[in-house]
Amino acid sequence: MLDVRGLKKVYEGSGRRVEAVRDLTFTVDAGELVCLVGPSGCGKTTLLKCMGGLLAPTGGEVLLEGRKVTGPPPGMSFVFQEYGRSLFPWMRVGENVELPLRQKNLDKARRRELVRDALESVGLSDATSAYPWQLSGGMQQRVAIARALAYEPRVLLMDEPFAAVDAQTRADLEDLVRRLWRERGITILFVTHDIDEAVYLGERVVVLSASPTVVQEQLKVDLPDERDQLRTRVAPRFAELRTHVYEQIQAAKRGVSVTKSDTPPPH
Amino acid sequence: MKGLNVVLGGAGLAVFLALGEAVPRLGLVKEAYFPPTSRIADALGDEVADSAFWTALGDTLTGWALGLILASCAGIVAGVVISVVPYLREATASTVEFLRPIPSVALIPLAVLLYGTELRSVLLLVVYASFWQVLIQVLYGVQDVDPVADETARSYGLGTWARIRHVLWPTALPYVMTGVRLAAAVALILAVTAELVIGAPGLGARIAIAQNSQAVPEMYALIVVTGLLGLLINVGARTVERRALAWHQSVRGEVMV
Amino acid sequence: MRLLLLRTVFVFALPTVLVGVWWVASDDSTDVYWPPLRTILETFPDVWTGDRLKDDVLPSVLRLTGGYALAAVVGVALGTVIGSYRRVRAVCEPVLEFLRAVPPPVLVPVIMLFAGIGDTMKVTVIASGCVWPILLNTVEGVRAVDPVMAETARSYGVTGPARLRHVVLRSASPQIFAGLRQALSIGIILMVISEMFAASNGLGFTIVQFQRSFAIPDMWTGILVLGLLGFLLSVVFQLVERRVLGWYHGLRASTRRSS
Repeated sequence: MLDVRGLKKVYEGSGRRVEAVRDLTFTVDAGELVCLVGPSGCGKTTLLKCMGGLLAPTGGEVLLEGRKVTGPPPGMSFVFQEYGRSLFPWMRVGENVELPLRQKNLDKARRRELVRDALESVGLSDATSAYPWQLSGGMQQRVAIARALAYEPRVLLMDEPFAAVDAQTRADLEDLVRRLWRERGITILFVTHDIDEAVYLGERVVVLSASPTVVQEQLKVDLPDERDQLRTRVAPRFAELRTHVYEQIQAAKRGVSVTKSDTPPPH
Repeated sequence: MKGLNVVLGGAGLAVFLALGEAVPRLGLVKEAYFPPTSRIADALGDEVADSAFWTALGDTLTGWALGLILASCAGIVAGVVISVVPYLREATASTVEFLRPIPSVALIPLAVLLYGTELRSVLLLVVYASFWQVLIQVLYGVQDVDPVADETARSYGLGTWARIRHVLWPTALPYVMTGVRLAAAVALILAVTAELVIGAPGLGARIAIAQNSQAVPEMYALIVVTGLLGLLINVGARTVERRALAWHQSVRGEVMV
Repeated sequence: MRLLLLRTVFVFALPTVLVGVWWVASDDSTDVYWPPLRTILETFPDVWTGDRLKDDVLPSVLRLTGGYALAAVVGVALGTVIGSYRRVRAVCEPVLEFLRAVPPPVLVPVIMLFAGIGDTMKVTVIASGCVWPILLNTVEGVRAVDPVMAETARSYGVTGPARLRHVVLRSASPQIFAGLRQALSIGIILMVISEMFAASNGLGFTIVQFQRSFAIPDMWTGILVLGLLGFLLSVVFQLVERRVLGWYHGLRASTRRSS
């Protein structure tokens, strides 16, 4: 579905050369929910922007369904961390969700249907004619998610979407992402710096090293499909996985390469 | 990066001047209406050598500076009084909103009748136009005063005067600077306008004379001078403002990094 | 209800007092230049008849509208182009800074050379004075489009004209309106001045005629009409601004509350 092959990104400017991403290779299968986690400043956003076609990689390539990504592909939508700056304050909620659809040349009735459906699934049917800045932070991020859904993507890229909301809202939004993923069968790539969030949400966790970034480890999350903020988070298996990821990230920060494996730690 | 911008800007200026030379030379516009850059430069040279030009420049600057000082003082005093005296702000709001958009050039006939071509004619227009710029900014600035700071000052028994000095004035200062900067630009426009239309001595009057005597290159040269003057005033005012603002933030913004 | 009453009192109290003071102070004035307010008001309906409104006020307003609209279109269009490209901006900046700094009224004699003394001259004068604040503010606004918003638009395929219309111009609109407001006062000044220089009708022309023929009360009524026109245009501008920038004022109020 989504292939990242030997991705490399070097920023060059004013005489300095910063290698943000060195050599990244991994794949995301159709219908998977994969979390990317890594130490802060490890080039997660750079990676995601390369995958979303917003940045041109220095080397390597990103393939979506076998086709090379050179610009933002139509089957992919993006949810940014800065919801306040990603929604257009001069448009009402409904217009914000609808704007990308106009570019797709859909007729008006279809557009309206998609907008209504998307806002309904994030629980904001009543807010269609409000302005984004009249809503709380969590609701604004829901609008951004609705906009991504209405775009009918096959792949959804989420860049630390809940980093700026309070803990309670964050838990609600995490469950929302799980539910949408299960209902709609979209492939989701979720970037976060929060280990708990990565383990709670993901079917698989890809641990990145410190910058210049490589894949430190890939880990299958063998928690049950039904997840629950209360029970899942106190399950012993959750604690084991979290500890494991935590150790990997500490190792990554020190720059130590722990044995790479696709197998989760033993029970 | 910055160096590149300077080079690009210089190139832009050079192209602008070259076009000014080429367009009339190629006969795209009549040379009599639009003299080439070099002839304007010659005329500018002649002007600079003429003592009457310097007198005119002095007259314009006098009208500008006096008017700006009067308008700034009046604007600051009025703004502070309106903000400090209870209910005065609400009571004056409609009057300010009505008087502010009245174009100062409406006063030209009155100025001509009352003061003829005296300096006072210029001052009337300059002060009326620039006063509002300062006043409005002062009112904005005072509105920005942190109510907690003001209440703290009150609770420590600071009197009105001490509160103005230590709470209100420091908060409003950046706005005052902005007001004075905007007023400085407006004051130059009105000073030159008064000279041009009424005939009060100064650069504007010299432009009118050049126009009437068909001295087209001289007219362009004088216009360039007014433009350079405006540029100097803008850049100068912005520099002063930036200095004042930097001082301001370093005084009150220890928390801001 | 009481609040409304109080506000009405605040709105009308001071103007009433001021007009009252003017009325009383000037009532037995014998100074030719300061006629009693009573005389001015009595002269008003005789001077500003329907014909006069049609022959003098209307042409002035039309010239202003034409020049202002031209400046707005050119200023926003050029400003968008210059603001969108960093290099273009660097090349144009010094020249634009200079052109903006030229006091607009000195353009009147220059434009008279090219365009004579007709309506073309006046519209050109107004347009060439109004264009700079609009242009420079548009450049600033377009340049300052939030990078996250720009990326959002790109990732959702909002490009080309749609991007310009829904993202760039909307995001720059608070700045553009600041420029339009500055341009409006410059436009009124230029309308009056260009008519004072050379015209056979218009507000500026009429007022100067009154002054030259020493019809002092008539001249005063002219000053009042100009004042009223300035006030009315500013009210219209505010109405439009409040409509177009409603989101901006709401956004500012909401960030102010939360900070």
